Amino acid sequence: MKYDVIVVGAGHSGCEAALSSAKLGCTVLLITSNLETIAKMSCNPAIGGVAKGQIVREIDALGGEMGIITDRSSVQFRMLNRSKGAAMWSPRAQSDRHEYSSIWRQTLEQHPNIHLFQDTVNNIVLNKDDVCGVVTQLGFNFQCQTLILTNGTFLNGLVHIGLNNFSGGRISEHKVTGITEKLVELGFTTDRMKTGTPPRVDGRSLDYSLMEEQKGDDLPSTFSFYKPQPLEKQLSCFITYTNTTVHDILREGFEQSPMFNGNITGIGPRYCPSIEDKINRFAERSRHQIFVEPEGWNTIETYINGFSTSLPIDIQERALREIPGFKTARMFRPGYAIEYDYFHPTQLYHTLETKIINNLFLAGQINGTTGYEEAAAQGLIAGINAALKVKNTEPFILDRSDAYIGVLIDDLVTKGTEEPYRMFTSRAEYRILLRQDNADERLTPLGHKIGLASDERLNNLNKKQQNISSILNILNNTSVEPSVINPLLEQANTSTITEKTKLSKLILRPQLKIDDILNSSIGYNLKEFETTELEESEILLKYEGYIQKEKEVAEKLKNLKHIKIPSDFEYNKVNSLSSEAREKLNLIKPINIGQATQISGVSASDISVLLVYFGR
Amino acid sequence: MRSLTETIVAPATPTGISAIAIVRMSGQNAIEIANACFSKSLTKADGYTLHYGQVKDGETIIDDVMLSVFRAPHSYTGENSIEISSHGSPYIVSRILQTLIKYGARIAEPGEFTLRAFLNKKLDLAQAEAVADMIHSQSEAGLQMAIRQMRGGFSQDISQLRQELIDFAALIELENDFGEEDVEFADRSGLRKLVNELLSRIEQLRSSFVAGNVFKNGINTVIAGKPNAGKSTLLNALIKEERAIVSDIEGTTRDTIEEVLIINGIQFRLIDTAGLRHSADTIEQIGVDRTKASMAKADLLIYLYDAALMTPDDLQQAISELPQTRYRLVVANKADLTSGSIEHISISAKSGNIDSLISELERIAAQFEFGDQTIVNNVRHAEALEKSANALNDVLNGLDSGITSDLVALDIRQALYYLGLISGEVTNEDLLDSIFTRFCIGK
Repeated sequence: MKYDVIVVGAGHSGCEAALSSAKLGCTVLLITSNLETIAKMSCNPAIGGVAKGQIVREIDALGGEMGIITDRSSVQFRMLNRSKGAAMWSPRAQSDRHEYSSIWRQTLEQHPNIHLFQDTVNNIVLNKDDVCGVVTQLGFNFQCQTLILTNGTFLNGLVHIGLNNFSGGRISEHKVTGITEKLVELGFTTDRMKTGTPPRVDGRSLDYSLMEEQKGDDLPSTFSFYKPQPLEKQLSCFITYTNTTVHDILREGFEQSPMFNGNITGIGPRYCPSIEDKINRFAERSRHQIFVEPEGWNTIETYINGFSTSLPIDIQERALREIPGFKTARMFRPGYAIEYDYFHPTQLYHTLETKIINNLFLAGQINGTTGYEEAAAQGLIAGINAALKVKNTEPFILDRSDAYIGVLIDDLVTKGTEEPYRMFTSRAEYRILLRQDNADERLTPLGHKIGLASDERLNNLNKKQQNISSILNILNNTSVEPSVINPLLEQANTSTITEKTKLSKLILRPQLKIDDILNSSIGYNLKEFETTELEESEILLKYEGYIQKEKEVAEKLKNLKHIKIPSDFEYNKVNSLSSEAREKLNLIKPINIGQATQISGVSASDISVLLVYFGR
Repeated sequence: MRSLTETIVAPATPTGISAIAIVRMSGQNAIEIANACFSKSLTKADGYTLHYGQVKDGETIIDDVMLSVFRAPHSYTGENSIEISSHGSPYIVSRILQTLIKYGARIAEPGEFTLRAFLNKKLDLAQAEAVADMIHSQSEAGLQMAIRQMRGGFSQDISQLRQELIDFAALIELENDFGEEDVEFADRSGLRKLVNELLSRIEQLRSSFVAGNVFKNGINTVIAGKPNAGKSTLLNALIKEERAIVSDIEGTTRDTIEEVLIINGIQFRLIDTAGLRHSADTIEQIGVDRTKASMAKADLLIYLYDAALMTPDDLQQAISELPQTRYRLVVANKADLTSGSIEHISISAKSGNIDSLISELERIAAQFEFGDQTIVNNVRHAEALEKSANALNDVLNGLDSGITSDLVALDIRQALYYLGLISGEVTNEDLLDSIFTRFCIGK
């Protein structure tokens, strides 16, 4: 049989890819080297965080699965950055690693359009410039119309611990060969990246009384907009610190560090450095923070966040034991570094289809990203676009002003990346628009339009929006006497009023929260609304000017995005373009003028020249 | 590349002193913007009509002008357009441009009028390549000009303060993106101090706009020298030699000016100083002091001496006592005699042979390069300075009202963007680099 979509790899990217294609009606074959490691969290047992949490909300709003499964498998939920303003609020959950994996597998198994197969793909089959199938290690040939590669860190993976190195896609798992070689033969360019992970220890061997407890939120929220079910009980994380003794021991191992002796050539992330990297680069710091995170409800295994290392095992163990609370720590698994092949993402369109081979999509770490959330988002977009390609309909592309997912993919395909790419809020120029609270408003209508987000999701959104406008109505039409509100204002540490004032005007003050009003005598008619609806109403009032400003800027750029550039356009024939612009434009092949403006080396006058050619 | 929906403005005639200068504006809001700074209502004006009135910035009248109204699609660009014919002074043109920008227009990119004409099907497809080439060459020239101006030091202070602001921005972003980790926090009072510093620096720049001042006030020129050196004769000879019209532009007559000499469109204001036109024996100490003060304020100091009456040593001594000025010319009158090794130019004021001095003045005038591009770049800088100041004020207001760091960061980004227009570029990647280099982050 010929599948509509074959997905290679069943990590965070592959799972979303397979499920979204299937939901859009495609027949899908999901091939993985090991069916026991579906949606495995290779690194820390957590989903979300600053900027990443927003991505998960967006995946959910579009009709993806990551949010729902995270909610079902969390052991702790926190809304980070509460004090930093609504654009910074970021949901983060500690997950039960096994639960997360197992719910994903159940979800995939329950979809009738998805076939699962355990085998390793090591070649792809082409018909001219179109992909048409894969060949596996066991000798099977599978045919397909579209192919999505989500190989993660497995392509020619090389694991390092001290001076030892051995091939593997994760520790104790086989690497994958053949795919890189085939893609290079087809003309793709590739490079090496590096990432790492800390040791895991036996939780029973730790003394938590010497650490600082970090509990979940008192009123936990959820990732999913769909039937949210907040956690009823939660586990805690713990915070401790390294010290100079720990650093001294780690330094003893530097000579045997693959990071420092040149064994590792791949480029690692600057923002997720190993502990040896931290003490080397920031030698003046006498301590570094360590987060001790539970791996699940039913396991004693514990994750040592902040202690990523590829030093020899004996050094890892000795250093660990000098950390407060770790005196008798027993290691479950050592930390290690891994190098792998990635493909420069500038070789992709915004749909994540490759420019060289038709119907071939790449998603996840293979594109040079890091993080479960970034991988899942790409999987979702690749899955959707593969399905749309099969159906022969318009591609699905999110703008930078629509979603962090739009920023992620636009950065990758337009700017490329040299180090593992992680999302930060500072990468988004429309941060005030891209909030976690309004992901559903931004994206559910889009997800519904292509058939991914259900009617129920859209109905929920409509109801939420009606309620928000009711709340805004109440706030706009309720004026309060000074005698009634002044005590509240004093309590909130903001100046009192002397004449009757509208609530909507008072709420503009940063010091006054909608909660203050809700909990006072004047808040009686707000009590029927959900907390999220009240919060968003408050944000809309407080941020109105800023939201407007960003919308205007986004609108201006969107006009240029409507001017398309044919993919086969020959820039070399345009003498008026600067030579640098010609080179970059040929490489990136922007799909519209808006994208061309984002490319470094393409100047305003080059854009004017392009406008002459494509402007009408 | 900026949006094609915005209203753009630029001078349409070459700059310099001339009888008439034309400023052209095109875009959706062209008529509204003109209406906001014109003495008569234009809202109901038909296309192809001509209006006499004044261009005003608030209550200040800038000039009497003739204003033409074009309504889309019947204009060069195919958009609503306005053409303003004013008196031909660089200062007036630059004031009109600034006023239109204040009311919502922006300076056009090179070739943008033609580009719009093309996009609105006012030019045919065969002209496309020509248009593209023109855009290319014009912007190359513009770039050269901008770089030259930047090197002139206009932006150096801004650049340094901007770097400090980037560091603060990085700290705020650090707080936002890595607040869960063990990172330091941005010191708000330090930020406030820096923003105030930037604001006062921008204020200084706005008021002491180099080229703007030259438009407005001309080059302050003082002729100094001993009483018998022949200053008056030289002055008269210069006035007689004048090769351009003397216009009475508003602003040029505020100070006591003896004469205005215009060379290549640049005004040289020959300033009356005590001793300059009076006979030597009546000079009192107070007059001498005033002369010295005038010399110190001069942009150009012409030191005139009688080659027959001064030994090289005396000359050396006299020159060493002169104040520092932007330009200085040492001029030997009655030139057939030698002056030792001191660099000088020779004239004979009495016989009217002052060509070598005139050509020096032309050389100085040329340095200001009052091409279209200069005016445009200057107005562009003024625009960027004003917007920077607005954004920085937003930062201060935000800090005062206690807004959250996501919004503070947005205001700072705006300010960085406009400061970046003056002195190079800043991208988000710069901010992240700054964070990664300076702080240890990453769990």
